[in-house]
Amino acid sequence: MAGTFVEMLEEIRPYLPAQAPLKDFIFQNPLRAFQKEKFFDAVMHASEVFGYKTLLSLQEYRERYQQGLILEKVLDKTLERTKPGEEKCWKEKLLIQEYLRRETPRIGKVRNAWKNAYKLDMDSLVHPVLFRMVCSYLDQGISIWNFPEHQPGFLESLREMERMSFSSFFKTSRPSKILKEGKLSIETLLSMVVGPSDLHSSYLYDQLFAHQGWSGLVSVLETRPDVLLDSRPISLHDFIYLELLLELDVMDKLYKQWKPLGEKIRLEPTALFEHLHHTELDEVLHVWQEAMEWSYYDQVLAGIQLTKPNQHIERHASPSFQAMFCIDDRECSFRRYLEAEDPSCETFGTPGFFSVEFYYKPKNGQHVIKLCPAPVQPSVVIEELSNTKDAKRDLHFNKRSHGLFGGYLTSQTLGFWSAFKLVSGIFKPTMDRTTASSFMHMNQVAELSIENKNPQDSYLGYRIGFTLEEMITRVESQLRSIGLTKDFAPLIYVVGHGGSSANNPFYTTMDCGACSCRPGSVNAKVFSYMANKPEVRAALVGKGILIPDATQFVGGIHDTTRDDIMFFEEEMLSSENAKLHQKNRKHFERALNNNAKERSRRFEMIDTRQSPEAIHQQVQIRSVSIFEPRPELDHATNALCIVGRRSLTKNVFLDRRAFMNSYYYKNDPEGHYLFQILKAATPVCGDINLAYFFSKTDNNKLGAGSKLPHNVMGLMAVANGSEGDLRPGLPAQMVESHEPLRLLMIVEHYPEVVLSVVLENPPLKEYYCKDWVHLVCLHPENGMVYRLENETMKPYQVLHTSLPEVNDFIPLIENSHPKQHIPVHIKNLKAGIAG
Amino acid sequence: MDVIINIFILIPLLGYLLQLFLPGDRERWMSAVAVFTLGLQSVSAIVFFVYWLWNGAPTLNIKDLVLFQEIGFEFFIDFLFDKITAVYLFVGSFLTFLITVYSKAYLHREPGYKRFYNSVLLFYLGYNIVIFSGNLETMFIGWEILGVSSFLLIAFYRNRFLPVKNAVKVFTVYRIGDVGILLAMWLSHHFWSENVTFLKLSHDLLVHEHLKNHSVTGVFISLMILLTASAKSAQLPFSSWLPRAMEGPTPSSAIFYGSLSAHIGVFLLLRTFPFWEHQTSVRIVIAMVGLATAIVSASIARVQSSIKSQVAYSSISQIGIIFIEMAAGFENLALFHFAGNSFLRTYQILTSPSVVIYRLREQFYNFIPRIPTIEDALPKRIENTLYMLSLKEWNLDTLLFRMIWKPLKWMGNRLHFLNRSSVFYFFIPAYLGGLLLLYFQHQLPESLHHRLPLFFAGIGLLMVLKSFNERRSASLAFLLIIQNHFWIALAISFNESYSYSQNLWYLSGIMVAGVVGYICLYLLGKKNRHVNLLQFHGHSYRFPGYSNVFLVASLGLTGFPITPTFIGEDLIFSHIHEEQFFLALVVSLSYIVDGLACIRIYARVFLGPHARSQYDMARRSS
Repeated sequence: MAGTFVEMLEEIRPYLPAQAPLKDFIFQNPLRAFQKEKFFDAVMHASEVFGYKTLLSLQEYRERYQQGLILEKVLDKTLERTKPGEEKCWKEKLLIQEYLRRETPRIGKVRNAWKNAYKLDMDSLVHPVLFRMVCSYLDQGISIWNFPEHQPGFLESLREMERMSFSSFFKTSRPSKILKEGKLSIETLLSMVVGPSDLHSSYLYDQLFAHQGWSGLVSVLETRPDVLLDSRPISLHDFIYLELLLELDVMDKLYKQWKPLGEKIRLEPTALFEHLHHTELDEVLHVWQEAMEWSYYDQVLAGIQLTKPNQHIERHASPSFQAMFCIDDRECSFRRYLEAEDPSCETFGTPGFFSVEFYYKPKNGQHVIKLCPAPVQPSVVIEELSNTKDAKRDLHFNKRSHGLFGGYLTSQTLGFWSAFKLVSGIFKPTMDRTTASSFMHMNQVAELSIENKNPQDSYLGYRIGFTLEEMITRVESQLRSIGLTKDFAPLIYVVGHGGSSANNPFYTTMDCGACSCRPGSVNAKVFSYMANKPEVRAALVGKGILIPDATQFVGGIHDTTRDDIMFFEEEMLSSENAKLHQKNRKHFERALNNNAKERSRRFEMIDTRQSPEAIHQQVQIRSVSIFEPRPELDHATNALCIVGRRSLTKNVFLDRRAFMNSYYYKNDPEGHYLFQILKAATPVCGDINLAYFFSKTDNNKLGAGSKLPHNVMGLMAVANGSEGDLRPGLPAQMVESHEPLRLLMIVEHYPEVVLSVVLENPPLKEYYCKDWVHLVCLHPENGMVYRLENETMKPYQVLHTSLPEVNDFIPLIENSHPKQHIPVHIKNLKAGIAG
Repeated sequence: MDVIINIFILIPLLGYLLQLFLPGDRERWMSAVAVFTLGLQSVSAIVFFVYWLWNGAPTLNIKDLVLFQEIGFEFFIDFLFDKITAVYLFVGSFLTFLITVYSKAYLHREPGYKRFYNSVLLFYLGYNIVIFSGNLETMFIGWEILGVSSFLLIAFYRNRFLPVKNAVKVFTVYRIGDVGILLAMWLSHHFWSENVTFLKLSHDLLVHEHLKNHSVTGVFISLMILLTASAKSAQLPFSSWLPRAMEGPTPSSAIFYGSLSAHIGVFLLLRTFPFWEHQTSVRIVIAMVGLATAIVSASIARVQSSIKSQVAYSSISQIGIIFIEMAAGFENLALFHFAGNSFLRTYQILTSPSVVIYRLREQFYNFIPRIPTIEDALPKRIENTLYMLSLKEWNLDTLLFRMIWKPLKWMGNRLHFLNRSSVFYFFIPAYLGGLLLLYFQHQLPESLHHRLPLFFAGIGLLMVLKSFNERRSASLAFLLIIQNHFWIALAISFNESYSYSQNLWYLSGIMVAGVVGYICLYLLGKKNRHVNLLQFHGHSYRFPGYSNVFLVASLGLTGFPITPTFIGEDLIFSHIHEEQFFLALVVSLSYIVDGLACIRIYARVFLGPHARSQYDMARRSS
């Protein structure tokens, strides 16, 4: 176990939270360090080692069983599969048997010894000082007076401070001397505080996990120093070194003579990861979780199977318009309403960066923003050439109001104005500086450097603009992957999405996950520009994609919080298309109203029975209200990802729980594009799902807890109050309506093709074969369902033979309970268009 | 016209009581009651304000309710309304009203919705009693309510470690403020030979007359008032509590610690201004405290890297300036400054989560890596020193720790010989002996008779000190607190005119509260053996009912204005002679530690992370 300090550190690092500063938030699997293991092993181990609650509690599963959310027939079948021959006895265990609570987690045991050995609360004595020092050093712009020393490292800066001052960070002289001299190695320091070297590794784990928020941030900043605008070199080594010095300080202050922890009392190093064992309770929870998941999945699969016989139309021969949306689960209901408004239109889903990956540099922006899925590394930068936005300043937020004289003037003058601001902010919320809006990401009429003029043009080492060749391949692959290679409508909308919210440090979480949590407007605009370009179209003809000259692509952005839509370059439209566009806009508007109505069923404060227009207004007010901790519900309740034709689920009510990627198997017999889709969609959707999953099951340790007491630290993260550790993860308000189900990826293709695609790529294989994401395959011809199990596709017998049918989904929505999920319903097609 | 001012106490009181008895699962009812109460209060305040101005803005005073009367002692509730009350009433109702509306959506679905609104209304009730109070006694009622409701709001997230720890810390500072007010009350009795109203203080001649005769007492009273005001308004050396109070939901931090609670010390000084305005030395001290605070906390505010503590410290530094303004006699300016600062800080804290949005946006377009500050002009060594000191909050927090906790701990550690058996087998007989002495007090030699009160009060103090340091048994600690009151009663009985009926007033509340509290602990102990005081146990997680009953009982035990003990405490002080300074000190210390010990038992037993459910609890550091 023991190794050099660097080895120990690298062993610990993957387990630390990897959340970057708030502005660069991306969804991640909080247990990514365990992702090499099978899902159930991983969650049990994480729980035993770190004390996370990684699944629901037995009580919670049983409640769901009582409520009918876990179905008996599914439970029986799950038992049959997992406990063959012992179903009866296990069922009794699941339903009746009481289990003792798990014993205490392994982490923290060595460091806890301070309490027994010296009767002191080391954490309480060291943490506040440590957090304050590291936060002041890293601060990205809250403090008025910055950390005065800027040496090339954290420890160096502290050393310089300590040297060049009449005061000291410490209360005693020894740590001060050690810091100033800078000769002592961290191993020696560890021995001074902890004692025997076999304890070091355990101690480091305990120390870092006693404040995993800060440890995680420091680790991220060490590995990705470029995420900070104001660079602050820091490393875990320096951070730990400081903490050890502070511990030394505490001990020196209290005792003239003291022995290192491990010498004062007998301590064994904790074998954190050895002999991890499953208890019976673990296995019980395992079965419950599977049964809960398949109780829902089975309904969905039944829905697809039951509605399928009714539809033979594969695609419209002459659609009125086509629209591409993000794969995002929030677009699922909007597309349904748009299709209902104009039954002859066609909608598509695809990861919302629309196959164009690049960095974006707004005019006058000092930095670039990545606009593609997090794992992709673009080589191109696109600059905004005109139309600067004036960032209006609001004196209330001026830092001077915190100074002595500035504060004096401000409080006596602006102070009274803030009374009015408060009243208007509470009774008549409007957009102001507290609001983050997706429409502000890029100006509607911005001019962009999409095309590369000269291969030498570059910014920060990235080439400016795409070459023609690159444009052709991107447009082609995008169109082919969603199966849009013929029957083009005159207008094709390319709609990205983003969110708006006020007073919300988690504002980036609402934006497009496929654009590294930014709004997708620039991508939409860039893609439509490429697809409209005559040279691109000419080249596509050669590849068998004939886009009529009359067809025009229009970029746009859908604000999922406000249910607003904005289109770009409408003035470029031909006169016929402009007319059509005016007509379509009305469809969009009505669909947006209806979508707002459907979303409002989750908002207890809005009466869902009102007219869509009235509700839409209230939904918009939410997005700018400073007192609204839930401007929208983001990805909460997500559970599915459907890769296939739209017709699969067109008549199935999925309650906004599905990511949807359009895909037509016939265009892609070898699964080449399927691979591209899964490669992008699996990490994006899977990680969103897992982030929600674990933030829900353990909101206290893996989530950020309630938003309400949060305090922004150094513009990078939030903490509770002024002395708390950072809180990475998702806040309680975001996950409260979420059900912890793993993602079910449903792919429409032949089982052997899907299997070969999944096994081909190791990262994909890890997600699917280690059960982090479920995979089923729909046979495109016979409609059979195959489930991926042990790296083979096994036929799955859907248990539901019927589902509730309705003529119209609206009453279903109006009469639903805000906290409950609506079960899968299908449209009663025989009743026709009567509803 | 005078009578009308009663409604400003009645409205929040009725609102609070109504809400207390409504079922907790109805969010709408909770917020509706709060919003309606505050709305009604605000409207009434505005109407009354116009009417009052119309009548020439007279100072109104009403002697409301005589709670206890005896020759030489009268305990009455008195209300006063003037310009200062008007401004505080307006700002207070306006902001609290907005916060109740704000929280309606903000706290939606938060566990503890009812608790939150309840604590807010309780706070507001206390606030109103303070700002309308016409004498120190009435004010003290409000003062106690403010202290307790603050504690509850800070510890709103009662299953986490830090909120509970910080709530106890803040409560400790508040208790110091309470010593000041208790001693000021005691001396005032002797200074005026009556329960003086603030109205009387405005008679210049009268004050002058008295001050001439007892100038030292006068200065002492003023200093005690300043101590209280500084503790409540987070002036030096108490400043470090304010940022640590920001543990509750943002709206409660915004209104209470951003504005109202932090400005209540200012109110106390404004209210007693006519008294200390004649004492130049006191005015200088007040100005010095204000100046020092303004400068020190402004420097601390400059280095804060978390948004809420930045606002907290900038608010403190403005309050320091308000202290200077008051000392200089600019009453109106101080009132104006109070209102402006309250509005501004409330707004800044409410919108503090937005800092990420607007500042990052600003930075994105106008990023300047290192904005030079004034401090850059200083020599490096001085600059670094100043920065470090500001970062360490000029050691204020450590200082507080050393001033309060350490001495208490030190004394407690000397009391290890006290355990359950010694308490019962030695001190109960000793108490009986004391009673015997009391019975024969007239036969005692004069010199002994004089010393006995201090001796017995001293034993009482030992009891609470031991209770405060008890680590094992919660019920022992609780019994010790009860004993303390008995010892104090015994001690004061040696001062001539203290009668048995007065003792009954004092001890009746103690008895009831003591029995109820003890039963709570006993039943809890039966269900669960872990009721030691070594750590937080968080039993409110499983037993919220016990938790609430015990809280009420321990409040009763600390002389919270829900039992006659509250008046009893005041009675006790009225019987301590002016020259018995040490007795007054010992008794008031007893009360302080008594309150701390009670809250400590409550916090350790009922609050904090639930010891048995590690898997559902947040990490201690978060």
